[in-house]
Order: sequence, then C-alpha cells, then structure tokens
Amino acid sequence: MTMNSNLSSSESAKKAAEVERLSQKKDVRNRWLLSLPALAIIFFAAAGPLLIVILYSFLTPGDYTGVIWTFTTETWISVVLERDFFDETLGWADAHLSIFWRSIRLSLITTILTAIFGIPTAYFIATRSPKSRNIWLFLITIPFWSNLLVRTYAIQELIRNKGVINNFLQWIGLTNEPIEMMFTDFAVGFGMTYVYLPLMVLPVYASIEKLDFKLVEGAYDLYASRWQCLRRIIVPLVRPGLIAGSILVFIPCLGAYVTPQILGGGNQLMFGNLIALQFGQGKNWPLGAALSLTLMVIVMIALVYFVKVSSGENKKNG
Amino acid sequence: MTTNDEAIEIKNALKVYKGDTDVYALNDVSLMIKKNEFFTLLGPSGCGKTTLLRLIAGFEHPTSGTILLNKEDISLLPPNKRPVNTVFQNYALFPHMTVGGNIAFGLEMLGWSKSEVASAVDEMLELVKMQDLKNRRPAEISGGQQQRVALARALAPKPQVLLLDEPLSALDLKLRKQMQIELKRLQSETGITFVFVTHDQEEALTMSDRIAVMNEGKILQYGNPRDIYHHPENKFVANFIGDSNFLLADIQNGNAVLTDGTELKLSKENKQVSNGQKSILIRPEHVQMSKAKGSKKAFEGKISNIVYFGTDTHFHLELKTGDDFTIRKQNTPNEGTDFEIGAVVELTIDENAIQILND
Repeated sequence: MTMNSNLSSSESAKKAAEVERLSQKKDVRNRWLLSLPALAIIFFAAAGPLLIVILYSFLTPGDYTGVIWTFTTETWISVVLERDFFDETLGWADAHLSIFWRSIRLSLITTILTAIFGIPTAYFIATRSPKSRNIWLFLITIPFWSNLLVRTYAIQELIRNKGVINNFLQWIGLTNEPIEMMFTDFAVGFGMTYVYLPLMVLPVYASIEKLDFKLVEGAYDLYASRWQCLRRIIVPLVRPGLIAGSILVFIPCLGAYVTPQILGGGNQLMFGNLIALQFGQGKNWPLGAALSLTLMVIVMIALVYFVKVSSGENKKNG
Repeated sequence: MTTNDEAIEIKNALKVYKGDTDVYALNDVSLMIKKNEFFTLLGPSGCGKTTLLRLIAGFEHPTSGTILLNKEDISLLPPNKRPVNTVFQNYALFPHMTVGGNIAFGLEMLGWSKSEVASAVDEMLELVKMQDLKNRRPAEISGGQQQRVALARALAPKPQVLLLDEPLSALDLKLRKQMQIELKRLQSETGITFVFVTHDQEEALTMSDRIAVMNEGKILQYGNPRDIYHHPENKFVANFIGDSNFLLADIQNGNAVLTDGTELKLSKENKQVSNGQKSILIRPEHVQMSKAKGSKKAFEGKISNIVYFGTDTHFHLELKTGDDFTIRKQNTPNEGTDFEIGAVVELTIDENAIQILND
C-alpha cells in the first residue's frame, strides 16, 4: 500500500514536472508571440531608420539636396574638426564645439533649475491631503494641454523688449532701457525650464509620495536636524525619482529644437537647431546624420552616467 | 508628587485638533512617571495613548499644559532636542541603511567620534543578540529581527526615557511572548525608563510596573497591575482589564442587596461606602460553586452553558435576578462533571471579592 502510493507519488511528480516544463516552453513561445508587435515597431521605426542614418553619415552630400553614393569619412571629421579653406590643415570646428558645449551647459542648467523648483513643488503636493493632491497634479499637467509652440510664443511675449516684463519694469521706473532677454542663453534656459518642469515634478512627486514620513520622524527622534534629515534620509530615498526626472529633463533638452529656435533666435543655436540646419538650408544631409549620431552618443553617455550614479549611491550606503 | 525619582511629569496636558467639531485627543491629562519604571499606557484605539506618547516624544506639542522631564519643561522642544527615543509601531527602520547603519544613526547625529560609534553599535548588537546581521538591510531580516534593531537603535544613544508605540503588535503570538520577556530584560539591564503603549491588557498586566488606563482622552485610573485588576474604579476599567460580572445592588449598611433581595456581605473598606444604588463587580474566578441546598437566602444560579478551556472551565449562569453571570473554575485531574447544564448551584463569594464601582 505504502509502496504503491510512493510509486504513484513519484510518478505523479514526474508527470507534474513534465507538464511544468511543457507549459513553460509554451509560455516562452507565447511571450515572444505577444511581444512581436512591439518588436516589429522597434525594428521598423527605430533600428531601421537608425541604420539608414548611419549609412548616410558616410556618404557625400549632393549638390542641392540628398546624397551621392560615394563613401567618405570627411563628414565625420568635420563634426569636430575644420579643414582650413586655403591650406587644408585641420583645426577645431569652433562653431560646432561651441554649439555642443552650449547644448550640454544649458541642458545641465535646466536640469538643475527644474530640480530646484521641482523638488519643493513635489514635496508640497505630496504632503497635501490625498484629495487636494489630485487637484495639484492636475494643475501641473495643464500646460501639456496646449501646444509647445503656443507656450513658447507666450514666453516670448513675456520677455521680449516690448513684452510684459519690460513694460512693467519701465512703468514702475526700475529701468529706462528695456532689459535684453530675448535671443540670449537666459531666454533659452528660462523657456526650457518652464517647458520641462512638469517632467521633473512628476517622478519626484511619485517617490516622495511613497516616502514613509515615519522615517522622517524617526530621524528627528534620533537627534537629526532638519538639514541632516533631508540629506541623510529624504534625499537618498527620493533619489530614484530625482534621477528619473533628471533623465526626462536632460535628454530632451539636449535635442531641444523649438524653444532655442524661437527664444534663442539665430544666435543661440543648440544641437537640435544645428541638425535641422544641415537638412534644411545647409543642404548637407551626411553632416546632419553624423551630428544626429553624435547627439545620440552624448545621450548614451549621459544615461550611463545617471545609471551609475543611482546604483553607485546604493552601494555606498550598504 | 515632589519626590526626586520622577522622570516625566505631565501637568494638565490638553491636545485639541481643530476641525468642524473640535477633537479632544487629550483632555486634561496629568501623570507622573518614575525613573527606571516600566510604565504602560493602556486603552482602546483612539483613546489618546499614542497622542500622549507623541507629546512626550515631541512630534506634537500640547495645546495647553506642560511636560516636564527631570523637572525641566520640554513641552515645546523639538524631538531632536529631547533625550527621549521612540520605538515606532512599524519600526521605521531606514531602508537604505544596514542594520549597523541604523543603530549608528542617532550616535552620528549626536556627533560621537567614529570609534565611539563603532563600539557602541557592537555593544547594542550584542545586547539584542544580532551581531551576525550587522550588514543586512532591514528588508532582508524578519519582523522579529527588525523589532530588535529598532530597539537597539533607540537604546543606543542611552536616552533617559524610551517610548514604545505598540511595538509588538505586528509580531505573531509566540514571538510576542518572547519579546515581552526580552523587553523586560532590556529595561532592567539598561535601567532606562520605558513608556509602553498597548491596547493588549494581558501585555500590560504582565510587563508593567504601573499602568494608566485611558479612554476618550482621559486617564481613568493608574496604579500597579494588581490594584488595577482587583480594585478598578469604574466599569470601563473593570471591563477593559479581565473578565467581569456586573450586578446592580442597593448598598444598605455594609450589605449589597441585589434586585431579587439576596444579601451579599461587604468587606470593611467597602462598609464606608454611602447607601444607594451602585454597580458591583465580581471577577469570575473569585466565586466558588456548590450544589444548591435549597435555602431561601442563598445566592443561587442555574447553569445555562459550560465552556471547556483546558486549564479551566467557564460556567455561564442565570441568576434569580435575571442577570447573566460567569464563573471560572480551574480544572483538576480528579474532577468529574459534577455540574451539568440546567443544574441549580449555590455561589459563595469572599467579601473581599466584591468591588463597588463609581459609575
């Protein structure tokens, strides 16, 4: 009797394992099947075009537009270097480099500004009652309802020489001449901070909302000052949201096109404008392709850095 | 009240939460907690015991009244300026720090040197028997272990008073019993005053030197566990701690006359009580039962139900007055089933077992 039951139990175990294995196999197949649409989109909309961009960056620009199918690396050299018009010696392409640097600098400043304005905002919302939290979040998302162009022109209206701010300053007699704000780095930074602020607020809010305020009480109870509590408890716990927000702000900033175009004018070109220029007036598609890829590399480096920061900090505290 | 051994004194503390209708979380509470005492605040949820604890910790400030720590007014000091630490209900361990990091936190904030912190952390880990888990994260250890870490973290800065906010409520029964003993050991080893909040009457009775029973923002009674159990002042306290039989009685010259005319003798202390209608309390285990002899004056009841509990048996009776009455009888190996449902029994009550209540 016992023998029998043992036998049958081991047999049934075998059977169960077999069923398990088969169902797992089926599971894996199903998973591939289910992800097929997404994979197709990624291939046709991301990987495919990317390959074309890479290909184009190694071709010769056509006379008016498009490309001539002759292989060259000249374009890639001209991304950072410049051939002298007369004696063909190579020097730094200052025009490009200054645009790269401005893009990175303005993106960094924008990220820092959105963090400075965004963290207190997120903290404020997260500490409201659950009911009013939704209203505040709703208010934060309202700007998304109107087109980016409209919002950017609204900022222009605020800061131009005969705009709202300058009119007001002159009216109260603080200044006689209008303060030049349009077409400066300030205008671009200001505009981008405004546009990308919600992208910082939302992820930071999400992580503050998850924060257990008992931990803050615990820190106070253990003799931490407000500042120490912020630095040792709140910031480390909110860091994932802060990093997500930084990524969401920094990366689109690098490639921003509309804001620098309208608020920066022709003087304050950023990466996005430079690329657009090559495909448009510049009629240099290969250079546009090479610049696009350069931007991608910079974004990749930034992403890897952000990921490193977030995982590195975790280890340090361990 | 002016002895030198008081750790905390609370004078007329009032805590009102403004709203559509004002909520009196604490309503004129005065209390004295002695040094090296295991003091328990006991009451149902919402009775104000946690509010009182938070007032002592400094997370909230009283609407009026004062809190003295070693005769110093600390009512308005922030939590980080009070030599008082808290063990939170859900421990509130810092999830991004290790066990060792959690214990070290308070000491670092106090500005101790690295070597002092390190040796104190090791000492605390040994005290709560957690040496092996120093480098684990809170998420990687069990609930009971988290509890020990929370204790070690709060004890490490050697506070004058340790506040414990229902620290055992998240643990299962066996672990809870173990931690009760552990807590008593820690308290006697460290000599720190413990203020313990719980809604579990058994926990309060077994662990405390003194208990304050609270309800609706007020302290109803405080004293040592024996006093509270044997001499509760009112129905709420009697009901909250232990099982109770309440009977309505007319007090007449040292006797309690029940509504059916049965007379029960009162003890000498209770003879002072003025005549009139009162509630009396009789604990179920303070009553003896025997077969009814049929005398008219006897205090009798009819068994309506019997519940067997292993160590003892509960007999539910119906008295001649119509009241329900419970008797708890300890089981012995030689006992048969003397009493059966439907039998009429005579009850004998020691005069000291009758307690007259104030409401």
